[in-house]
Amino acid sequence: MNTSSLNEMSNDTYMKRKHHMGMKAKGRISNTIIYAILILMSIIWLIPFIFIVLQSFHTELAADGVTRVTWQVGYVWPKKWGFDNYIDLFTKTSFPKWYLNTFIMALFTAIFQTLFVLFMSYTLSRLRFKGRKALMKFMLILGMFPGMLTMIIMYNVLKMIGPGDYGLTGANAVPGLILTYVASSGMGYYVSKGFFDTIPKSLDEAARVDGATRAQVLYKIILPLSKPIVIYTILTAFMAPWGDFVFARYVSNLSDAGMNVAVGLNSWLNKDQISGKYTLFCAGGVIVAIPVTILFLCLQKYYVEGVTGGAVKG
Amino acid sequence: MRKYSDLEYLKLPKHKRLLYKIAVFFTSIPTKIKNFGLKVYNYIKKIVLGIKDFFVNIVMTFIKGDYKTKISYVIMGFGNITRGQIIRGVFFFVFEAIFIFYMITTGGKWLSLLPSLGLQGPEEVYDETLDTFVTVYHDNSFKILLYGVLTLFFVIAFIYTWYINIKQNRIAEQILATGKKIKSDKDDLHSMVDDQFHKTLLALPITGIVIFTVFPMVFMILVAFTNYSAEFNGFSKLFTWVGWENFNKLFTFGTGVNSLSATFGEVLTWTLIWAFFATFSNYFLGMLVAIMINKKGIRFKKLWRTVLVMTIAIPQFISLLYVSKMFSKSGLVNGMLQSLGWIDTAIPFWENKTLARVMVIVINIWIGIPYLMLIASGILMNIPQDLYESAKIDGANAFKQYTKITLPYMLFVTGPYLLTSFISNMNNFNVIYLLTTGNPTNPNATSSAGSVGFTDLLVTWLFKITTGAESQYYLASVIGIMIFIVVSVISLIVYSLMPSTRNEEDFQ
Repeated sequence: MNTSSLNEMSNDTYMKRKHHMGMKAKGRISNTIIYAILILMSIIWLIPFIFIVLQSFHTELAADGVTRVTWQVGYVWPKKWGFDNYIDLFTKTSFPKWYLNTFIMALFTAIFQTLFVLFMSYTLSRLRFKGRKALMKFMLILGMFPGMLTMIIMYNVLKMIGPGDYGLTGANAVPGLILTYVASSGMGYYVSKGFFDTIPKSLDEAARVDGATRAQVLYKIILPLSKPIVIYTILTAFMAPWGDFVFARYVSNLSDAGMNVAVGLNSWLNKDQISGKYTLFCAGGVIVAIPVTILFLCLQKYYVEGVTGGAVKG
Repeated sequence: MRKYSDLEYLKLPKHKRLLYKIAVFFTSIPTKIKNFGLKVYNYIKKIVLGIKDFFVNIVMTFIKGDYKTKISYVIMGFGNITRGQIIRGVFFFVFEAIFIFYMITTGGKWLSLLPSLGLQGPEEVYDETLDTFVTVYHDNSFKILLYGVLTLFFVIAFIYTWYINIKQNRIAEQILATGKKIKSDKDDLHSMVDDQFHKTLLALPITGIVIFTVFPMVFMILVAFTNYSAEFNGFSKLFTWVGWENFNKLFTFGTGVNSLSATFGEVLTWTLIWAFFATFSNYFLGMLVAIMINKKGIRFKKLWRTVLVMTIAIPQFISLLYVSKMFSKSGLVNGMLQSLGWIDTAIPFWENKTLARVMVIVINIWIGIPYLMLIASGILMNIPQDLYESAKIDGANAFKQYTKITLPYMLFVTGPYLLTSFISNMNNFNVIYLLTTGNPTNPNATSSAGSVGFTDLLVTWLFKITTGAESQYYLASVIGIMIFIVVSVISLIVYSLMPSTRNEEDFQ
């Protein structure tokens, strides 16, 4: 055997290994940096939520020794733990009523908004009819007006269509708000239209050849394939009423019986209320966030699909 | 300018290619404008021809039609019923009956008052039984405008239905003349789930949109031409049409404390700056986070993602309000810094103009990164891996791979998303309102438009005007229209610059 070639070979493998190790070390360093950044980020992203939870357990007494501290203090860790804030929340405030209101709104909005959005997006995506493009353009232009503009008139319309002086506003705001959320929801068809656009048209055509009506095509062929987008639509529709404080505030007119959690908790942070209600706000926030977050995390997969699909095709 | 062929273009050095592209862009502007003009011209032509057809059809159908058709001009649905289409006929007839009844009882009155928005305001009348003066309200401008516009909608719907009724008569006559059968009621019902399925599906959503979005928008656009406000609320003081006065106020340029145009300019500028930073900071940082999480060899991918995604689930009014209070003068952050002895006086996070503006942008990153991380992750996974492999073999480092492969791909795929995200940031009410409510107050802002702050966007300003004590609804309406104009101009420009809009049928 030729020694020089052997030398060469070992030299070669040595170089390779050295190169490899260099790469590996470099990779390890960059990975360590990335881990550090990710851990730091996780802390920054979670800290406000951890703080809210901790804040809601603060039960130490104020300087007068009688009342509880209800304003924020300059430290995070409670010196005295207790459920007092939660107990007060459910016994001394209208929070349970708001919570029930919001839950009812979320439930009905989820059902009807999903139907509206699916009808709209399915029609615009898979049926061809005169005026389809014009309709889509019209809705695009309509969407460029700020929705907030319609608040005043919406309030007055809701006032007119219900019983009594205040109609579906004020104390009766719950059905009024459901109507508001659902009525215009057809305009938010983009994401699910993008989804329907990706289902091959040959499926419809095959079924049509076999004699299925268009309605049968929808509920026998397309719907079974659309589970992800249906769940996405339900999820987003269900979550919206929990966070709405603009229309909800205007329509409920700050009447206790018609408020949702967002308006109610938000009103506790007014200048004149904040010093007495801050810890209650945190406790309320925790109670609101827990079920919504759990639901969201369970259905995360569908949400991610919807969001990514919407951005790519939107 | 000389046009290069493809081959010649490829031979050019890089900087010349760029110059060439810029030159092409500017020299193509006249053609683009010309094309746009042609489009508008054709569109108008189409509308004019359509209107001509409309009238010609009405007249010709009447002349040529039989007695059934002729009677249908007055009694809608007559032709349908006598020809055996009972359902259609009854629908037309009932619609006409309701319309006539409504117009005679109330609709006519509202329409006649619409041009004046009410003639007689409230007056003090002596009441003998009470032995005192009581206020008697007469016209209500708000109701006149509301019902007037509704009646107008109704009239348009009626004319359209009337026209359809005539058209159906003509078609039925034509079909019968050839000896074929016209659609029976059974056919009509069947087609609702088949040929005409789109009408069945769209009926409810479109009705909702017309009543709860189109109608309110038309109403509010009209309000911009009135003096409707909390003072001139329509019943204790009538409001009326003022023409373009409100727009003139906005565009009467002047400086000084009370100039509306200066305030508007200031708020608009900040709105655009905010939208720019909010969009692009989120976009690039979100992409970076997605790249880090998706990098090969990084473990616990699901954990990192879940931590970020969790923050989407928590309603913004909780997280943003908490963060806002956290940074307030007596809040947690200042409290901790003071107890650590790092600062003596509280940092005015929300009271200083620049600091507040930087804070909202930074906190918006905290809100926005999770969304962008999700979107970017989805797209990154779709980039063909062999592109990176070959780039690596050619010796491209990570940065080069990012600028040459990842970024162009991302920009191409998410181009339209960037536009919508820019626009939704312009109207990002939640972040601004929950964090600062628009404060710190701008001392130079006009007092006639309520208080305007340094972090106020157009949309939060609009909200403040609407809900404020003076409630100058006309001004809110003008601002709303301005937002529409800005948004549509930006969209038009960006769309015309975008390389290609994807076809919706690409995937089907």
